Amino acid sequence: MEKVSVWDLPDVPEGQLPSHIQLQRTRVHCNPDAPTHTENVQYSGAYSSVGVDNSLQLEQFRKNFRVEVIRLGKEDMEFDMIGVDPSLANAFRRILIAELPTMAIEKVLIANNTSVVQDEVLSHRLGLIPINADPRLFDYKSENDDPKENNTIVFKLHVRCERGGPRLTVKSDQLKWLPNGSEFSLETSAAKSTAKPKTYTTFHTSQETLHDFSKKPIAPCHPDIILSKLGPGQEIELEAHAVKGMGKTHAKWSPVATAWYRMLPEVVLLQQVEDERAEKLVKTCPVNVFDIEDVGKGKKRAIVARPRGCTLCRECIREDEFKQDVALRRVKDHFIFTIESTGALPPEVLFTEAVKILEDKCERVITELS
Amino acid sequence: MEHGSADESASTFSFTDEDHTLANTLRFSLNQDPRVAFCGYSIPHPSEARVNIRVQTTGVPANEVLKDSCQDLLMICQHSRHTFSLAVQDFKNEQALKAMNVEE
Ligand code: SF4
Repeated sequence: MEKVSVWDLPDVPEGQLPSHIQLQRTRVHCNPDAPTHTENVQYSGAYSSVGVDNSLQLEQFRKNFRVEVIRLGKEDMEFDMIGVDPSLANAFRRILIAELPTMAIEKVLIANNTSVVQDEVLSHRLGLIPINADPRLFDYKSENDDPKENNTIVFKLHVRCERGGPRLTVKSDQLKWLPNGSEFSLETSAAKSTAKPKTYTTFHTSQETLHDFSKKPIAPCHPDIILSKLGPGQEIELEAHAVKGMGKTHAKWSPVATAWYRMLPEVVLLQQVEDERAEKLVKTCPVNVFDIEDVGKGKKRAIVARPRGCTLCRECIREDEFKQDVALRRVKDHFIFTIESTGALPPEVLFTEAVKILEDKCERVITELS
Repeated sequence: MEHGSADESASTFSFTDEDHTLANTLRFSLNQDPRVAFCGYSIPHPSEARVNIRVQTTGVPANEVLKDSCQDLLMICQHSRHTFSLAVQDFKNEQALKAMNVEE
Protein backbone atom coordinates (compact mmCIF):
# COMPACT_ATOMS: atom_id res chain seq x y z
CA MET A 1 0.00 0.00 0.00
CA GLU A 2 1.20 3.52 -0.77
CA LYS A 3 2.33 5.63 2.12
CA VAL A 4 0.08 8.64 2.70
CA SER A 5 0.46 11.37 5.28
CA VAL A 6 -2.17 11.13 7.96
CA TRP A 7 -3.28 14.73 7.20
CA ASP A 8 -4.16 13.75 3.65
CA LEU A 9 -6.56 11.00 4.66
CA PRO A 10 -10.21 11.73 3.90
CA ASP A 11 -12.53 12.57 6.79
CA VAL A 12 -14.49 9.69 8.18
CA PRO A 13 -17.99 10.14 9.58
CA GLU A 14 -18.45 9.52 13.30
CA GLY A 15 -19.14 5.90 14.13
CA GLN A 16 -17.21 4.48 11.20
CA LEU A 17 -13.68 3.29 10.90
CA PRO A 18 -11.28 4.81 8.35
CA SER A 19 -11.24 2.52 5.34
CA HIS A 20 -7.69 1.25 5.83
CA ILE A 21 -8.38 0.28 9.44
CA GLN A 22 -11.64 -1.34 8.43
CA LEU A 23 -9.66 -3.34 5.89
CA GLN A 24 -7.15 -4.42 8.52
CA ARG A 25 -9.97 -5.38 10.84
CA THR A 26 -11.87 -7.54 8.37
CA ARG A 27 -9.20 -8.99 6.09
CA VAL A 28 -6.00 -10.98 6.40
CA HIS A 29 -3.49 -9.45 4.00
CA CYS A 30 -1.45 -12.09 2.22
CA ASN A 31 1.81 -10.46 1.24
CA PRO A 32 4.57 -12.17 -0.74
CA ASP A 33 6.69 -12.72 2.37
CA ALA A 34 4.13 -13.31 5.10
CA PRO A 35 0.51 -12.63 5.97
CA THR A 36 -0.22 -9.55 8.07
CA HIS A 37 -3.20 -8.42 10.17
CA THR A 38 -3.99 -12.02 10.98
CA GLU A 39 -5.31 -11.24 14.46
CA ASN A 40 -8.91 -10.58 15.31
CA VAL A 41 -9.51 -7.46 17.33
CA GLN A 42 -11.64 -8.69 20.20
CA TYR A 43 -11.44 -6.08 22.94
CA SER A 44 -14.77 -4.23 23.12
CA GLY A 45 -13.13 -0.84 23.51
CA ALA A 46 -10.47 -1.28 20.85
CA TYR A 47 -11.86 1.47 18.64
CA SER A 48 -13.43 3.67 21.31
CA SER A 49 -11.10 6.57 20.49
CA VAL A 50 -12.75 6.89 17.07
CA GLY A 51 -16.21 6.31 18.48
CA VAL A 52 -16.67 2.78 17.20
CA ASP A 53 -18.16 0.16 19.46
CA ASN A 54 -16.55 -3.26 19.12
CA SER A 55 -18.70 -5.02 21.69
CA LEU A 56 -20.77 -8.09 20.97
CA GLN A 57 -24.29 -7.24 19.99
CA LEU A 58 -26.68 -10.08 19.43
CA GLU A 59 -28.93 -8.00 17.21
CA GLN A 60 -25.98 -7.21 14.99
CA PHE A 61 -24.96 -10.87 14.94
CA ARG A 62 -28.44 -11.98 13.99
CA LYS A 63 -28.47 -9.52 11.13
CA ASN A 64 -25.08 -10.47 9.75
CA PHE A 65 -24.99 -14.21 10.28
CA ARG A 66 -25.65 -16.29 7.18
CA VAL A 67 -25.27 -19.89 6.12
CA GLU A 68 -25.12 -20.94 2.50
CA VAL A 69 -25.06 -24.60 1.58
CA ILE A 70 -22.82 -25.27 -1.41
CA ARG A 71 -22.89 -29.04 -1.60
CA LEU A 72 -24.78 -31.61 0.39
CA GLY A 73 -24.41 -35.33 -0.10
CA LYS A 74 -25.06 -38.39 1.98
CA GLU A 75 -21.61 -38.36 3.47
CA ASP A 76 -20.15 -34.93 2.89
CA MET A 77 -21.20 -31.35 2.74
CA GLU A 78 -19.73 -27.94 2.14
CA PHE A 79 -21.25 -24.73 3.38
CA ASP A 80 -20.33 -21.12 3.94
CA MET A 81 -20.68 -19.72 7.41
CA ILE A 82 -20.61 -15.95 7.24
CA GLY A 83 -20.41 -13.42 10.05
CA VAL A 84 -18.99 -15.56 12.80
CA ASP A 85 -15.83 -15.31 14.89
CA PRO A 86 -13.07 -17.89 14.28
CA SER A 87 -13.28 -19.01 17.90
CA LEU A 88 -16.82 -20.24 17.28
CA ALA A 89 -16.03 -21.81 13.93
CA ASN A 90 -13.13 -23.58 15.58
CA ALA A 91 -15.24 -24.72 18.50
CA PHE A 92 -17.70 -26.34 16.09
CA ARG A 93 -14.85 -28.02 14.24
CA ARG A 94 -13.26 -29.30 17.45
CA ILE A 95 -16.57 -30.66 18.71
CA LEU A 96 -17.26 -32.39 15.39
CA ILE A 97 -13.94 -34.19 15.55
CA ALA A 98 -13.56 -34.95 19.23
CA GLU A 99 -16.77 -34.62 21.18
CA LEU A 100 -19.57 -36.10 19.11
CA PRO A 101 -20.27 -39.69 20.12
CA THR A 102 -20.53 -42.66 17.78
CA MET A 103 -20.55 -46.42 18.19
CA ALA A 104 -17.31 -48.32 17.60
CA ILE A 105 -16.00 -51.77 18.37
CA GLU A 106 -14.22 -51.68 21.70
CA LYS A 107 -13.98 -55.31 22.83
CA VAL A 108 -13.14 -58.29 20.65
CA LEU A 109 -13.51 -61.81 22.00
CA ILE A 110 -11.41 -64.04 19.83
CA ALA A 111 -12.24 -67.73 19.89
CA ASN A 112 -9.99 -68.67 17.04
CA ASN A 113 -7.67 -66.77 14.77
CA THR A 114 -5.22 -68.64 12.62
CA SER A 115 -5.00 -65.93 9.97
CA VAL A 116 -1.79 -64.03 9.30
CA VAL A 117 -3.19 -60.94 10.98
CA GLN A 118 -2.39 -61.04 14.68
CA ASP A 119 -5.18 -60.77 17.24
CA GLU A 120 -4.32 -57.24 18.36
CA VAL A 121 -3.92 -55.92 14.82
CA LEU A 122 -7.20 -57.51 13.77
CA SER A 123 -8.94 -56.00 16.79
CA HIS A 124 -7.57 -52.59 15.94
CA ARG A 125 -8.81 -52.91 12.36
CA LEU A 126 -12.23 -53.92 13.62
CA GLY A 127 -12.31 -50.91 15.93
CA LEU A 128 -11.84 -48.52 13.03
CA ILE A 129 -14.86 -49.78 11.06
CA PRO A 130 -17.62 -47.16 11.02
CA ILE A 131 -20.87 -48.67 12.26
CA ASN A 132 -24.21 -47.59 10.90
CA ALA A 133 -26.10 -47.08 14.15
CA ASP A 134 -27.48 -43.85 15.52
CA PRO A 135 -25.43 -43.20 18.69
CA ARG A 136 -28.25 -41.09 20.13
CA LEU A 137 -30.24 -44.28 20.72
CA PHE A 138 -27.57 -45.75 22.98
CA ASP A 139 -26.16 -44.97 26.42
CA TYR A 140 -22.56 -44.77 27.45
CA LYS A 141 -21.31 -47.94 29.09
CA SER A 142 -19.15 -47.28 32.10
CA GLU A 143 -16.63 -49.64 33.64
CA ASN A 144 -19.10 -51.26 36.05
CA ASP A 145 -22.09 -51.47 33.73
CA ASP A 146 -23.20 -54.81 32.40
CA PRO A 147 -23.24 -54.97 28.62
CA LYS A 148 -26.95 -54.52 27.89
CA GLU A 149 -29.17 -53.92 24.87
CA ASN A 150 -29.03 -50.15 25.45
CA ASN A 151 -25.26 -49.80 25.52
CA THR A 152 -23.69 -52.58 23.46
CA ILE A 153 -23.91 -53.84 19.90
CA VAL A 154 -22.59 -57.33 19.29
CA PHE A 155 -21.24 -58.62 15.99
CA LYS A 156 -20.14 -62.09 15.07
CA LEU A 157 -17.47 -62.96 12.57
CA HIS A 158 -16.91 -66.56 11.62
CA VAL A 159 -15.11 -67.35 8.40
CA ARG A 160 -13.06 -70.30 7.42
CA CYS A 161 -11.13 -71.02 4.30
CA GLU A 162 -11.49 -74.64 3.25
CA ARG A 163 -8.48 -76.64 2.32
CA GLY A 164 -8.17 -77.08 -1.39
CA GLY A 165 -10.29 -73.98 -2.07
CA PRO A 166 -9.11 -70.56 -3.18
CA ARG A 167 -7.88 -67.96 -0.72
CA LEU A 168 -10.52 -65.83 0.96
CA THR A 169 -10.74 -62.12 1.57
CA VAL A 170 -12.59 -61.28 4.76
CA LYS A 171 -14.59 -58.10 4.35
CA SER A 172 -16.65 -56.03 6.73
CA ASP A 173 -19.97 -57.35 5.39
CA GLN A 174 -19.17 -60.68 7.02
CA LEU A 175 -19.65 -59.09 10.41
CA LYS A 176 -23.09 -60.30 11.43
CA TRP A 177 -25.15 -58.34 13.91
CA LEU A 178 -26.41 -60.33 16.90
CA PRO A 179 -29.51 -58.51 18.18
CA ASN A 180 -29.81 -60.94 21.08
CA GLY A 181 -26.33 -60.32 22.37
CA SER A 182 -23.33 -62.51 22.79
CA GLU A 183 -23.47 -66.19 21.92
CA PHE A 184 -20.29 -67.10 23.74
CA SER A 185 -21.06 -68.61 27.12
CA LEU A 186 -19.09 -67.68 30.19
CA GLU A 187 -16.94 -70.59 31.35
CA THR A 188 -18.12 -70.39 34.96
CA SER A 189 -21.71 -71.16 33.96
CA ALA A 190 -20.76 -74.29 32.10
CA ALA A 191 -20.91 -76.34 35.30
CA LYS A 192 -24.51 -75.42 36.06
CA SER A 193 -26.93 -76.78 33.53
CA THR A 194 -29.50 -74.01 33.67
CA ALA A 195 -31.87 -73.44 30.81
CA LYS A 196 -30.01 -70.49 29.41
CA PRO A 197 -26.23 -70.44 29.79
CA LYS A 198 -24.77 -67.12 30.86
CA THR A 199 -23.05 -65.21 28.10
CA TYR A 200 -20.81 -62.18 27.92
CA THR A 201 -23.80 -59.88 27.65
CA THR A 202 -27.06 -59.62 29.56
CA PHE A 203 -29.65 -58.57 27.02
CA HIS A 204 -33.22 -58.56 28.30
CA THR A 205 -34.85 -58.07 24.93
CA SER A 206 -33.71 -58.40 21.39
CA GLN A 207 -32.41 -55.16 19.92
CA GLU A 208 -34.59 -55.86 16.91
CA THR A 209 -37.64 -54.88 18.94
CA LEU A 210 -36.14 -51.50 19.86
CA HIS A 211 -36.44 -48.30 17.83
CA ASP A 212 -36.60 -49.21 14.14
CA PHE A 213 -33.65 -51.52 14.07
CA SER A 214 -35.78 -54.22 12.48
CA LYS A 215 -36.33 -51.98 9.46
CA LYS A 216 -32.75 -50.73 9.38
CA PRO A 217 -30.54 -53.51 10.74
CA ILE A 218 -27.27 -52.47 12.32
CA ALA A 219 -24.25 -53.16 10.11
CA PRO A 220 -20.93 -51.61 9.14
CA CYS A 221 -21.43 -48.49 6.98
CA HIS A 222 -19.36 -49.94 4.18
CA PRO A 223 -19.56 -53.60 3.14
CA ASP A 224 -16.18 -53.73 1.43
CA ILE A 225 -13.58 -52.92 4.06
CA ILE A 226 -10.91 -55.62 3.96
CA LEU A 227 -10.23 -57.08 7.39
CA SER A 228 -7.91 -59.95 6.63
CA LYS A 229 -7.05 -62.59 4.09
CA LEU A 230 -7.28 -66.28 4.76
CA GLY A 231 -5.22 -69.06 3.25
CA PRO A 232 -6.48 -72.66 3.01
CA GLY A 233 -7.15 -74.09 6.45
CA GLN A 234 -7.15 -70.75 8.21
CA GLU A 235 -10.08 -69.56 10.28
CA ILE A 236 -11.31 -66.57 12.22
CA GLU A 237 -14.02 -66.87 14.83
CA LEU A 238 -14.73 -63.91 17.04
CA GLU A 239 -17.27 -61.65 18.61
CA ALA A 240 -16.94 -57.87 18.52
CA HIS A 241 -18.67 -55.65 21.06
CA ALA A 242 -19.28 -52.04 20.04
CA VAL A 243 -19.95 -49.31 22.59
CA LYS A 244 -20.57 -45.59 22.54
CA GLY A 245 -17.62 -43.26 22.88
CA MET A 246 -16.09 -39.96 21.86
CA GLY A 247 -13.30 -38.99 19.49
CA LYS A 248 -11.18 -37.54 22.26
CA THR A 249 -10.81 -40.98 23.81
CA HIS A 250 -9.87 -42.66 20.54
CA ALA A 251 -10.13 -41.51 16.92
CA LYS A 252 -12.25 -44.56 16.05
CA TRP A 253 -15.19 -42.82 17.74
CA SER A 254 -14.84 -39.69 15.68
CA PRO A 255 -17.97 -39.32 13.50
CA VAL A 256 -16.11 -37.39 10.81
CA ALA A 257 -13.38 -38.50 8.48
CA THR A 258 -12.44 -34.91 8.90
CA ALA A 259 -14.05 -31.53 9.33
CA TRP A 260 -12.25 -28.37 8.34
CA TYR A 261 -12.74 -24.81 7.29
CA ARG A 262 -10.86 -22.17 5.34
CA MET A 263 -11.35 -18.47 5.08
CA LEU A 264 -12.80 -17.11 1.86
CA PRO A 265 -9.99 -15.85 -0.41
CA GLU A 266 -10.39 -12.41 -1.87
CA VAL A 267 -8.36 -11.42 -4.93
CA VAL A 268 -8.44 -7.76 -5.87
CA LEU A 269 -6.90 -6.01 -8.85
CA LEU A 270 -5.65 -2.70 -7.55
CA GLN A 271 -4.89 -1.37 -11.02
CA GLN A 272 -6.11 -2.24 -14.47
CA VAL A 273 -4.03 -4.97 -16.07
CA GLU A 274 -4.36 -4.78 -19.85
CA ASP A 275 -3.54 -6.58 -23.10
CA GLU A 276 -0.38 -8.71 -23.07
CA ARG A 277 0.07 -8.20 -19.36
CA ALA A 278 -3.47 -9.43 -18.80
CA GLU A 279 -2.79 -12.60 -20.75
CA LYS A 280 0.40 -13.13 -18.84
CA LEU A 281 -1.41 -12.71 -15.52
CA VAL A 282 -4.06 -15.24 -16.54
CA LYS A 283 -1.30 -17.70 -17.37
CA THR A 284 0.57 -17.30 -14.08
CA CYS A 285 -2.33 -18.56 -12.01
CA PRO A 286 -2.35 -22.37 -11.83
CA VAL A 287 -6.01 -22.59 -10.84
CA ASN A 288 -7.37 -20.01 -13.28
CA VAL A 289 -8.57 -17.37 -10.90
CA PHE A 290 -8.25 -14.64 -13.50
CA ASP A 291 -10.05 -14.27 -16.77
CA ILE A 292 -9.88 -11.91 -19.72
CA GLU A 293 -12.57 -9.45 -20.60
CA ASP A 294 -12.88 -7.67 -23.93
CA VAL A 295 -13.39 -3.97 -23.51
CA GLY A 296 -13.88 -3.23 -27.22
CA LYS A 297 -11.50 -1.75 -29.81
CA GLY A 298 -9.36 -4.85 -29.55
CA LYS A 299 -8.44 -4.01 -25.99
CA LYS A 300 -8.48 -6.60 -23.26
CA ARG A 301 -8.19 -6.47 -19.51
CA ALA A 302 -7.85 -8.95 -16.70
CA ILE A 303 -10.70 -9.57 -14.27
CA VAL A 304 -10.98 -11.73 -11.20
CA ALA A 305 -13.40 -14.45 -12.22
CA ARG A 306 -13.08 -17.25 -9.67
CA PRO A 307 -11.60 -15.92 -6.42
CA ARG A 308 -13.04 -18.85 -4.45
CA GLY A 309 -10.66 -21.22 -6.18
CA CYS A 310 -7.57 -19.27 -5.13
CA THR A 311 -5.25 -21.50 -3.14
CA LEU A 312 -3.11 -18.58 -2.04
CA CYS A 313 -0.07 -20.10 -3.67
CA ARG A 314 1.07 -16.48 -4.27
CA GLU A 315 2.42 -17.41 -7.66
CA CYS A 316 0.90 -14.22 -9.09
CA ILE A 317 2.81 -11.95 -6.72
CA ARG A 318 6.06 -13.91 -6.63
CA GLU A 319 7.66 -11.95 -9.46
CA ASP A 320 7.86 -8.19 -9.19
CA GLU A 321 5.69 -7.75 -12.25
CA PHE A 322 2.24 -7.95 -10.65
CA LYS A 323 3.15 -7.16 -7.07
CA GLN A 324 1.64 -3.71 -7.29
CA ASP A 325 -1.45 -4.87 -9.17
CA VAL A 326 -2.81 -7.80 -7.25
CA ALA A 327 -3.86 -7.86 -3.60
CA LEU A 328 -4.48 -11.23 -1.99
CA ARG A 329 -6.64 -11.20 1.09
CA ARG A 330 -8.81 -13.45 3.17
CA VAL A 331 -12.12 -12.53 4.67
CA LYS A 332 -11.81 -13.01 8.41
CA ASP A 333 -15.41 -13.86 9.16
CA HIS A 334 -16.33 -15.96 6.15
CA PHE A 335 -15.63 -19.65 6.61
CA ILE A 336 -15.91 -22.33 3.98
CA PHE A 337 -16.73 -25.32 6.12
CA THR A 338 -16.41 -28.91 4.91
CA ILE A 339 -17.67 -31.92 6.83
CA GLU A 340 -16.98 -35.49 5.78
CA SER A 341 -19.01 -37.98 7.75
CA THR A 342 -17.88 -41.55 8.24
CA GLY A 343 -21.43 -42.70 7.61
CA ALA A 344 -23.23 -43.18 10.91
CA LEU A 345 -25.04 -39.83 10.71
CA PRO A 346 -25.52 -37.46 7.76
CA PRO A 347 -23.23 -34.40 7.86
CA GLU A 348 -25.99 -31.84 8.42
CA VAL A 349 -27.16 -33.73 11.50
CA LEU A 350 -23.59 -33.87 12.77
CA PHE A 351 -23.26 -30.10 12.60
CA THR A 352 -26.56 -29.52 14.39
CA GLU A 353 -25.51 -31.97 17.10
CA ALA A 354 -22.15 -30.19 17.45
CA VAL A 355 -23.84 -26.85 18.03
CA LYS A 356 -26.11 -28.49 20.60
CA ILE A 357 -23.08 -29.76 22.48
CA LEU A 358 -21.65 -26.26 22.72
CA GLU A 359 -25.03 -25.09 24.00
CA ASP A 360 -24.96 -27.80 26.66
CA LYS A 361 -21.54 -26.66 27.78
CA CYS A 362 -22.76 -23.08 28.18
CA GLU A 363 -25.83 -24.23 30.07
CA ARG A 364 -23.71 -26.29 32.41
CA VAL A 365 -21.54 -23.29 33.24
CA ILE A 366 -24.60 -21.13 33.81
CA THR A 367 -26.19 -23.59 36.22
CA GLU A 368 -22.92 -24.07 38.05
CA LEU A 369 -22.49 -20.35 38.53
CA SER A 370 -25.98 -19.64 39.79
CA MET B 1 -15.16 -23.58 40.71
CA GLU B 2 -14.49 -20.00 41.42
CA HIS B 3 -11.32 -18.84 43.09
CA GLY B 4 -12.02 -15.25 43.95
CA SER B 5 -10.45 -12.76 46.25
CA ALA B 6 -12.19 -10.41 48.67
CA ASP B 7 -12.87 -8.29 45.63
CA GLU B 8 -15.66 -9.84 43.57
CA SER B 9 -14.66 -8.07 40.40
CA ALA B 10 -11.69 -10.33 39.75
CA SER B 11 -11.90 -14.10 39.76
CA THR B 12 -10.39 -17.18 38.27
CA PHE B 13 -12.83 -19.90 37.25
CA SER B 14 -11.61 -23.42 36.97
CA PHE B 15 -13.51 -25.88 34.79
CA THR B 16 -12.77 -29.56 34.83
CA ASP B 17 -13.28 -31.69 31.70
CA GLU B 18 -13.21 -28.67 29.43
CA ASP B 19 -10.62 -27.52 26.93
CA HIS B 20 -9.92 -24.86 24.29
CA THR B 21 -13.32 -25.52 22.74
CA LEU B 22 -15.25 -23.81 25.49
CA ALA B 23 -12.50 -21.61 26.93
CA ASN B 24 -11.61 -19.92 23.67
CA THR B 25 -15.21 -19.19 22.74
CA LEU B 26 -15.85 -17.84 26.23
CA ARG B 27 -12.78 -15.68 25.98
CA PHE B 28 -14.18 -14.29 22.73
CA SER B 29 -17.56 -13.40 24.15
CA LEU B 30 -16.08 -12.09 27.42
CA ASN B 31 -13.64 -9.83 25.59
CA GLN B 32 -16.48 -8.26 23.68
CA ASP B 33 -18.32 -7.33 26.84
CA PRO B 34 -17.63 -3.69 27.75
CA ARG B 35 -17.66 -4.53 31.48
CA VAL B 36 -14.60 -6.74 31.13
CA ALA B 37 -11.24 -5.13 31.81
CA PHE B 38 -9.19 -8.26 31.30
CA CYS B 39 -9.81 -11.85 30.47
CA GLY B 40 -7.76 -14.81 29.40
CA TYR B 41 -7.52 -18.54 29.85
CA SER B 42 -4.88 -21.17 30.38
CA ILE B 43 -4.56 -24.90 30.54
CA PRO B 44 -2.17 -25.45 33.44
CA HIS B 45 -1.08 -28.91 32.39
CA PRO B 46 -1.75 -30.70 29.10
CA SER B 47 -2.47 -34.04 30.69
CA GLU B 48 -4.97 -32.66 33.16
CA ALA B 49 -8.44 -31.97 31.75
CA ARG B 50 -8.85 -28.52 33.24
CA VAL B 51 -8.94 -24.89 32.14
CA ASN B 52 -8.63 -21.73 34.17
CA ILE B 53 -10.45 -18.65 32.96
CA ARG B 54 -9.45 -15.34 34.46
CA VAL B 55 -11.98 -12.53 34.44
CA GLN B 56 -11.36 -9.01 35.74
CA THR B 57 -14.15 -6.52 35.42
CA THR B 58 -14.58 -2.79 35.80
CA GLY B 59 -16.55 -3.29 39.01
CA VAL B 60 -19.45 -5.72 38.60
CA PRO B 61 -19.03 -9.23 40.05
CA ALA B 62 -17.00 -11.40 37.69
CA ASN B 63 -19.34 -14.35 37.89
CA GLU B 64 -22.27 -12.22 36.72
CA VAL B 65 -20.30 -11.22 33.67
CA LEU B 66 -19.25 -14.77 32.94
CA LYS B 67 -22.82 -15.93 33.27
CA ASP B 68 -23.98 -13.25 30.83
CA SER B 69 -21.29 -14.25 28.37
CA CYS B 70 -22.44 -17.86 28.52
CA GLN B 71 -25.97 -16.66 27.92
CA ASP B 72 -24.80 -14.69 24.88
CA LEU B 73 -22.96 -17.72 23.54
CA LEU B 74 -26.03 -19.83 24.05
CA MET B 75 -28.12 -17.39 22.02
CA ILE B 76 -25.50 -17.30 19.30
CA CYS B 77 -25.49 -21.09 19.12
CA GLN B 78 -29.25 -21.33 19.00
CA HIS B 79 -29.39 -18.75 16.26
CA SER B 80 -26.64 -20.51 14.28
CA ARG B 81 -28.39 -23.83 14.58
CA HIS B 82 -31.67 -22.34 13.44
CA THR B 83 -30.10 -20.53 10.49
CA PHE B 84 -28.21 -23.66 9.52
CA SER B 85 -31.28 -25.88 9.45
CA LEU B 86 -33.15 -23.30 7.39
CA ALA B 87 -30.29 -23.14 4.90
CA VAL B 88 -30.13 -26.93 4.65
CA GLN B 89 -33.88 -27.14 4.18
CA ASP B 90 -33.76 -24.50 1.46
CA PHE B 91 -30.98 -26.34 -0.28
CA LYS B 92 -32.84 -29.64 -0.15
CA ASN B 93 -36.01 -28.07 -1.52
CA GLU B 94 -34.06 -26.48 -4.32
CA GLN B 95 -32.41 -29.79 -5.22
CA ALA B 96 -35.77 -31.54 -5.21
CA LEU B 97 -37.20 -28.88 -7.52
CA LYS B 98 -34.25 -29.21 -9.87
CA ALA B 99 -34.61 -32.99 -9.95
CA MET B 100 -38.29 -32.61 -10.81
CA ASN B 101 -37.54 -30.20 -13.65
CA VAL B 102 -35.01 -32.57 -15.12
CA GLU B 103 -37.48 -35.42 -15.12
CA GLU B 104 -40.16 -33.45 -16.91
S1 SF4 C 1 -2.36 -16.76 -5.18
FE1 SF4 C 1 -2.12 -18.44 -6.65
S2 SF4 C 1 -4.19 -19.25 -6.86
FE2 SF4 C 1 -4.41 -17.26 -5.93
S3 SF4 C 1 -4.73 -15.84 -7.62
FE3 SF4 C 1 -2.53 -15.85 -7.21
S4 SF4 C 1 -1.69 -17.41 -8.56
FE4 SF4 C 1 -3.90 -17.73 -8.49
